[in-house]
Amino acid sequence: MAGVKFVSASRVYAKDAPPAVDALDLDVKDGEFMVLVGPSGSGKTTALRMLAGLEPLDGGRVEIGEKDVTFVPPKDRDIAMVFQNYALYPSKTVAENMGFALKMQGVHKDERARRVREAARLLDLDEKLLDRKPKALSGGQRQRVAMGRAIVREPRVFLMDEPLSNLDAKLRVQTRSQIAELQRRLGITTVYVTHDQVEAMTMGHRVAVLAGGHLQQCDTPRQLYDNPVNQFVAGFIGSPSMNLQTVPLTESGARIAGTVIPLPTAVRTAASQAGLREIVLGIRPEHLHLADGRGDLAGDVMLVEELGADALLHVRLAESGNLIVARTEGRKPPPPGQQVTFRVQPDDVFAFHPETGARLAG
Amino acid sequence: MTAVPVRDREPAALRLRRMTGQVGWGVLAWVVGIAFFLPVLWMVLTAFKPESAAQTWPPKFVFTPTLAQFRLVFSGWGPYVTHSLIATTVSTVLVLALAVPAAYALSVHPVPRWRDGLFFFISTKMLPIVAAIGPLYVLALHAHLLDSIWVLIILYTAMNLPLAIWMIRSFMLEVPKEMLEAAELDGAGRVREMTEVIMPVISPGLVSTALICVIFAWNELFLALNLTVTNAATLPMFLISSVPQEGLYLAHLSAAATVASIPVILVGWIAQRSLVRGLSMGAIK
Repeated sequence: MAGVKFVSASRVYAKDAPPAVDALDLDVKDGEFMVLVGPSGSGKTTALRMLAGLEPLDGGRVEIGEKDVTFVPPKDRDIAMVFQNYALYPSKTVAENMGFALKMQGVHKDERARRVREAARLLDLDEKLLDRKPKALSGGQRQRVAMGRAIVREPRVFLMDEPLSNLDAKLRVQTRSQIAELQRRLGITTVYVTHDQVEAMTMGHRVAVLAGGHLQQCDTPRQLYDNPVNQFVAGFIGSPSMNLQTVPLTESGARIAGTVIPLPTAVRTAASQAGLREIVLGIRPEHLHLADGRGDLAGDVMLVEELGADALLHVRLAESGNLIVARTEGRKPPPPGQQVTFRVQPDDVFAFHPETGARLAG
Repeated sequence: MTAVPVRDREPAALRLRRMTGQVGWGVLAWVVGIAFFLPVLWMVLTAFKPESAAQTWPPKFVFTPTLAQFRLVFSGWGPYVTHSLIATTVSTVLVLALAVPAAYALSVHPVPRWRDGLFFFISTKMLPIVAAIGPLYVLALHAHLLDSIWVLIILYTAMNLPLAIWMIRSFMLEVPKEMLEAAELDGAGRVREMTEVIMPVISPGLVSTALICVIFAWNELFLALNLTVTNAATLPMFLISSVPQEGLYLAHLSAAATVASIPVILVGWIAQRSLVRGLSMGAIK
């Protein structure tokens, strides 16, 4: 049981290239499920590998359980990793795969067998599968063997590198709740890397959003959703993503689609202090309420995506002609071609700096 | 309306064209296959002929088969086949023992300047053996290794080593990096990583490499001819003894060649599954 700390950790690949991980400061508490999320190239996998000891650090340090492990070899860090492609040993049986680390540690055969059986039970892996080779297993079973291999070691930290990305959609949904539940049961500190923000939001106690090697925001899923600290986080978290439009500022607020949305004083002050004429306005799809012709934002419906419970309307706004997405009830959405109007609460609106992307007066 | 299979609805003209095409390719395949196999077939047939029948032109396909040539071969080949067996197996074992660590040092955990090392190995194969035979003879003479099985073992090892290193290296490069990292995380040191992870994965590749080395060593003539006389003469030397100054003992040669090919064909047959897997291992990715 141990916390994990990245202290100004950096990794640079080529001499004049931007760092893959740039001075990352992250504090994972003991027993926490921390998700590192971000698009490809954001540095999340590199950060995980730095924690594992598979990548050297070019700056800063990494701590596990308050101890500096920057120069400690991977096998001595008391960690276990689940790889994206599972990395099972093809010539060994499932039981041998799961017991391999223990065999390297010199654990006795009977003890190994006991721990393997227990891990298989925890993961709902049929005992009959223990004598099979990986190639005789399905993708989901292989994934569980990979997790079993990590669990058996009873490490201080679990590291997971996109373990669900090779599973089909249905199995992914099923397995992610199993993983979250397992972590709750075992209480082992877990650092989990994914590019899927739905996984991040549903599994993590806290989520760290990375982009371009920099940490954007580290917070609970709720906070990330309600209080994004910049435009990137706002647009990344939430599906469908937040509507972000560059709009001109007026005396009382922001002008969009033929109407002016009032902005709080704090935001207007911050904007004028920064000398801004326009801002990036962010409105989540579910905060655009259909208003039967009495709303403020007007537009034409271009496309309707039926999701069953909801429907997503792709609307071309009046005046600017930009496309936004609005979420509405699934029962009787307006058909394509119809003119619609939306109402939006001023409180539900976000304002970002058009150049830096930072939230204005968050 | 009941479903009519697509094939039955094919228009007649199109069907004729398609079938002609298929038959044409089939015939071509057979012709090429027979063309390659015909010399071998002729050799095997000639092996069963008495010497008189073997010398005729056009070649006789109808004759009374005899085992006389084979009897001659088996009575004469004793020491030759023993030397071939020893030289081939010992050199192949040595090649594998040396090539695996070398390939490891050039692929999984490459040493600095591994490219130079790799190029050096291949460059040794660029030298024609005919140019090297003079110095080799002198060296063997001074080392008292002339006509000794050891000179062949050493030279066959040296001859096959570059190819083996290249082949085994390419198989090692196929081992997924993540598997090696998982082994590193599991606490496997260098030795365990090799024995538990790498070797099982590349074992078909090792078999195919060994087979290639066996083929080259078994059939090698030039070095054996120039550096051995009787105490270490190998099977290829026995074959050319059928071609003395006086004439061509074609039937005897055919019988000897047939017998000489059998061990390699047998080993290839046994290992064919590994061989195909090993040679095509890099292809599917």
